[in-house]
Amino acid sequence: MTKAIIGSPETRLRDAVKRRIAARYRAEFRFRLYGMIAIALTALFLLIVLVDILLKGLPAFTVHQFRFDVPVVLADIDPAKAKDPEVLRGADYQALVRDALRSHFPEVKDRVGRRRLDGLISSGASDTLRHQVVADPSLVGKTLSIAALVSADAELYFKGTGTAIDRKPGASTISVSGQEGPVTLSTSGSDFSEWAKAYRQRYAKLGEKLDAEVPSLLVALNGGLVKVNEISAGNISGEVLLPLKSAGDAQAGAWQLVTYLTPESNRRVKDREVAWLEALRAKGIVERSFNWRFFTSGDSREAELAGIRGALVGSALTLLVTLLICLPLGVAAAIYLEEFAPKNRATELIEVNINNLAAVPSIVFGLLGLAVFLNFFGLPRSAPLVGGLVLALLVLPTIIIASRAALKAVPPSIKEAALGVGASHQQAVFHHVLPLAMPGILTGTIIGMAHALGETAPLLMIGMVAFIVAPATSVTDAATVLPVQIYLWSDLPEIGFQAKTAAAIIVLLIFLFVMNGAAIYLRKKFERRW
Amino acid sequence: MEMIVNPPQALSRAKDVDLMQTPKIVARNVNVHYGDKHALKDVSVDIGEKSVTAFIGPSGCGKSTFLRCINRMNDTIPSAKVTGEILIDKDDIYDPSLDVVQLRARVGMVFQKPNPFPKSIFENVAYGPRIHGLAGSKTELEEIVHRSLKRAGLWEEVKDRLGDSGTGLSGGQQQRLCIARAIAVSPEIILMDEPCSALDPIATARIEELIDELRENFTIIIVTHSMQQAARVSQRTAFFHLGVLVEEGTTETIFTNPTERRTQDYITGRFG
Repeated sequence: MTKAIIGSPETRLRDAVKRRIAARYRAEFRFRLYGMIAIALTALFLLIVLVDILLKGLPAFTVHQFRFDVPVVLADIDPAKAKDPEVLRGADYQALVRDALRSHFPEVKDRVGRRRLDGLISSGASDTLRHQVVADPSLVGKTLSIAALVSADAELYFKGTGTAIDRKPGASTISVSGQEGPVTLSTSGSDFSEWAKAYRQRYAKLGEKLDAEVPSLLVALNGGLVKVNEISAGNISGEVLLPLKSAGDAQAGAWQLVTYLTPESNRRVKDREVAWLEALRAKGIVERSFNWRFFTSGDSREAELAGIRGALVGSALTLLVTLLICLPLGVAAAIYLEEFAPKNRATELIEVNINNLAAVPSIVFGLLGLAVFLNFFGLPRSAPLVGGLVLALLVLPTIIIASRAALKAVPPSIKEAALGVGASHQQAVFHHVLPLAMPGILTGTIIGMAHALGETAPLLMIGMVAFIVAPATSVTDAATVLPVQIYLWSDLPEIGFQAKTAAAIIVLLIFLFVMNGAAIYLRKKFERRW
Repeated sequence: MEMIVNPPQALSRAKDVDLMQTPKIVARNVNVHYGDKHALKDVSVDIGEKSVTAFIGPSGCGKSTFLRCINRMNDTIPSAKVTGEILIDKDDIYDPSLDVVQLRARVGMVFQKPNPFPKSIFENVAYGPRIHGLAGSKTELEEIVHRSLKRAGLWEEVKDRLGDSGTGLSGGQQQRLCIARAIAVSPEIILMDEPCSALDPIATARIEELIDELRENFTIIIVTHSMQQAARVSQRTAFFHLGVLVEEGTTETIFTNPTERRTQDYITGRFG
């Protein structure tokens, strides 16, 4: 009986249909799955890029400074001379800051040591002090509390790229032979041999002498710091980095074995500087604050002084020129082509070529700008004016295409209604079609501008790739733009510029997000349904 | 003959037959080509003043094309070519010296789909008078808007919200707004291209009443797919088929005693 039912033609047909339906559902499920995998992968890559940029760039938005009390006693300026702003401006403020730092380490008297100590502060550390004093000459002779920018290396050290530090309390009594210079240490316990044993396993070459290839061992005792150079059977010798308050014994627990885990040869900040920086940090002199300088200063060869203001001003001026040329030209061209141009072969040719222009590689526009604007018209090199003109060429097709699409999207019934009450063609376009197309035109323009903001290649061709410290004050000054600044910084060997590059990318991305957000907002706000 | 339409109003208007003594519009041998397509063939017709003329016929028969010839809206279609002669008050409207903007101020138009400007109700009506400079002052303009809305039967419904957007009205109200907009520039002729095809029966009835009232002051030509509507509102009817004007006469004659076989077939629903 069962067999008969299975075998009946209708049943077989129904089974076939069922199988097909099942296969169809499976195919649809697979397709959805592929879609989800594609989205997930895209999101993952995007996340990786964003996280990487944020991790690299965010540290650049903070900065470390030494808080010093600086007596403004200028050696070459007596209070009488201080009236002259030229003299005041030319005075050596860096020396004041240097002296303030040196006063924390009076034991450093050798030239090498002093130079290394001076190297902890930035060459721009005295800028704020100079500005303050020039602005108010009565400060001469007074003591000011100033924040001195640390050098790029010190900055990197404070941000954690120096070395990890391991501190272990001493288990036995230690005695030291002196307060300064080379000293010998002796201990009743096995602290040092245990230390050597622990590190010999990891560093095969760790012998009796400790060199720059192995982690540095230091002993913090009696308020100072001794760097250990040699651990032999009966003798532990070292050199004092920070002077001891007294020679003599330190009880178990009152002293520490300090290990700088990164070998000295693998880091830019040497043991002595680490000791100084840690001492300053312990004194509470190191401040961490938001890096306003990044937004207020121009480019610099010193990573800690470099900022994006020049690039921001350059970008703003360039985009202004682009916008002023693009918007009227593009919209006028779009209106004419869409509404007034006779439909013939010539217009068709123009339309096709506008679409083609939108696909031309941007570097070609750079070459064109170089040949036409610089060489033929003789406009100034590296100037936002030329950059704006080149970007305008680049963005024009985009704006024309977007504007035409926006004009086309206005229903013809609106124009007919206007014509029907006796408006001329031009009145119908300008009174009714254009206002309705405006949100679409603006959206297209903003997206075009965002495109221009991120464009680098054509600007390299017209020389906007220059090292510019002072922000441009007019469209004919030499300037650089944000993406070119990123390109320039990414090329520099100094480690400090890596974070700056990422930070500048973050700023650029924020601008792009804001512009695209504005475009979406406009589109949503003025969107009309007919 | 099988009559599915019985237009009592049309019958009652037999007295209007003599309105053709002084035709408002005279068309002679009008041909329209859209590119290669010969859309309208040798149409000659007279249209009486201060009356309603209905154009009926199946889709694509040329009735809208002919309507759009009368205010030269076909000019906006680049491939359209119009030959022949159309006279309004004995003036040739295709005379090169004639200003098309002036023409469209004399010949208003109401479209198939209500198409108010996406502006306020007031601005919708005021736009025409403003571009033609019909109002010398703000109060004058307000007066024109008031009068036009009133004549379009919309005033009572919108008088408290003239600043609201015209697109926020219902379909029937929008169409009456479009009629108000058309009559605001004081045209002599109003062309209506299927003005009720997008409206429900109640809104349609309002528009038809309105057309009947407007007949007092305006010459109205209405294109419609609804034979009942043609019968209800028009005094004369023209039947178009395949680009040819088949027959034209009083609505009564066309609906009760057409001379052409095709007209009869269309009216009785045998094709179209």
